[in-house]
Amino acid sequence: MKIAVLIKQVPGSESRLPINSTSTWIEETSITYTMNPPDNYALEEALIIRDKLGSGEVVVISMGPERVQKVIREGLAKGADRGIFLKEDEPSMVDPLCVAKAISKAIEQEKFDLVFTGLQSDDMGMGQTGVLIGEILGMSTATLAVETEISEKTIKIKRELESGWFQWVSLPIPASVSIQSGLNVPRYPSLKGIMGAKKKEIKTVNIDESAVNSTCQKIEKIFVPQTSKQTEVIEGDVDTTVSKIIEILKIDTKVI
Amino acid sequence: MDILVVLEDNNGELHRMSKEAIVGAQKIGGSISALAIGKNAVHFADRIKDVDIKEVITVNHESVSSYNADGYATIVADIAKNESPKFIIAGHTYQTRDFMPRVSAKLDIPFIPDIIGIDDGKFFKQILNAKLNASMSSNSNQIILSFQSSTFNEELISKGECSYRNIEIDSDSSLTRSVSDEPFQEDSGDVDLEGADILVSVGRGIEKKENVHLAFELADLIGAEVSASRPVVDSEWIDSFRQVGSSGSNVSPKLYFSLGISGAIQHVVGMKGSKKILAINKDSDAPIFEIADYAVVGDVLEIIPKLIEALKSK
Repeated sequence: MKIAVLIKQVPGSESRLPINSTSTWIEETSITYTMNPPDNYALEEALIIRDKLGSGEVVVISMGPERVQKVIREGLAKGADRGIFLKEDEPSMVDPLCVAKAISKAIEQEKFDLVFTGLQSDDMGMGQTGVLIGEILGMSTATLAVETEISEKTIKIKRELESGWFQWVSLPIPASVSIQSGLNVPRYPSLKGIMGAKKKEIKTVNIDESAVNSTCQKIEKIFVPQTSKQTEVIEGDVDTTVSKIIEILKIDTKVI
Repeated sequence: MDILVVLEDNNGELHRMSKEAIVGAQKIGGSISALAIGKNAVHFADRIKDVDIKEVITVNHESVSSYNADGYATIVADIAKNESPKFIIAGHTYQTRDFMPRVSAKLDIPFIPDIIGIDDGKFFKQILNAKLNASMSSNSNQIILSFQSSTFNEELISKGECSYRNIEIDSDSSLTRSVSDEPFQEDSGDVDLEGADILVSVGRGIEKKENVHLAFELADLIGAEVSASRPVVDSEWIDSFRQVGSSGSNVSPKLYFSLGISGAIQHVVGMKGSKKILAINKDSDAPIFEIADYAVVGDVLEIIPKLIEALKSK
């Protein structure tokens, strides 16, 4: 089983996010980057499947500028077999269809049995790339997997629906599956893994940007959200706070 | 056809966010067609026959009697090819996220998802975990849009008349690659969060399972139901059927009383439609305070026992 895991490098949740001078993105130089958290679960699920089958290959793939090689190396340290770095000119594409076309073209000849992605990225949150690649490369697709069951020709996915509902979907392989957070416990790289990762191959592929055109969606402007709501802040000692809450319950919301 | 709104079957009922999507389409304006797919299509057409849109299109075929991504993507793409709507619109639900990207790839048009507002060809969405917003645009003649929950108010739907049209498809079932089993609920409980007038909702600020009884006591005293955020459910402090948010219930009570919930976007989408929000959190920068009507900066474990005491003595 040959499994591709698409990993995105995103600003860490604690990172400062200063807006750049043209208000088109954040100031990249002052950001600390991390592996997109849902992608970490996708990687773990791929490693579990490979280890369970006792054969096959997990390939971590990331697209972006030079810096994204760090998350590929991290994936290799956790146990992936090799990496592919899809080198992209700046600024990075934001349109998921344009991204998916570029990735599909670059990985098509690898003929992966499975493509795993996290359910969405922490930066743009489009949540489409895996499904798009599946459609473009003629694979079956499913999203929000909370459990997987692998066999030779199919992968069964327990999909999370809304309001506590679930559904099992059986996909013929090749398949592209997006992984929900929390379905496994991602491993930390071992020291041996970190050392071993240095010897593993990362192939660099220059992205063909011909798919980028004016129909791709683009960011016009980014800005700090303005809250339209009037918020009344209640501070002070516990007794004052409690009487204020009772007043709200009684007078403003009439629930008591 | 200017706009095609794709309706969603939510366990036999028309999805609330499908009605919100129609309101969004009415705001954009033009000739609107709503598309109902599957075994309940005619029922849904009947449900919205008094809505001010041009028509409801129904499609039912054994291959799409219940939802599957292959069938839905093919039907929506085929209709969009034949009728060339400028916009294809749906609620930003898990189902939309499952099949709509494939429509985008089939038609080679962009899909701008999870939109929270529109203004003259610009589409606003939250980015970077809702810390910033972006306005998005595209020059494409056709664009797919999905609206975040509660972006539009379903009660503001314009009433009028609409016609009805059934489309027969001769779908080749070999196009359906995946096989979907019937949806099931893991543990349902008999709790109706979506119908509750008041919710006391528990977040990580409650600190441990042993403290959860405080929420139930408070709920009893004010006639509320108890709900929770995902981390609390993942820690198994509270049953999963009480979860509010993108993977749980979508609620809009008269009062949402949140105890130690930080307000991650996945939670907020499920409760921001609440009429009043009263939030307690230790961290004065917690994102929940941005949408709260009343922001109580303090420790729930100090405040709630005293509040319970005070309510009991009344």
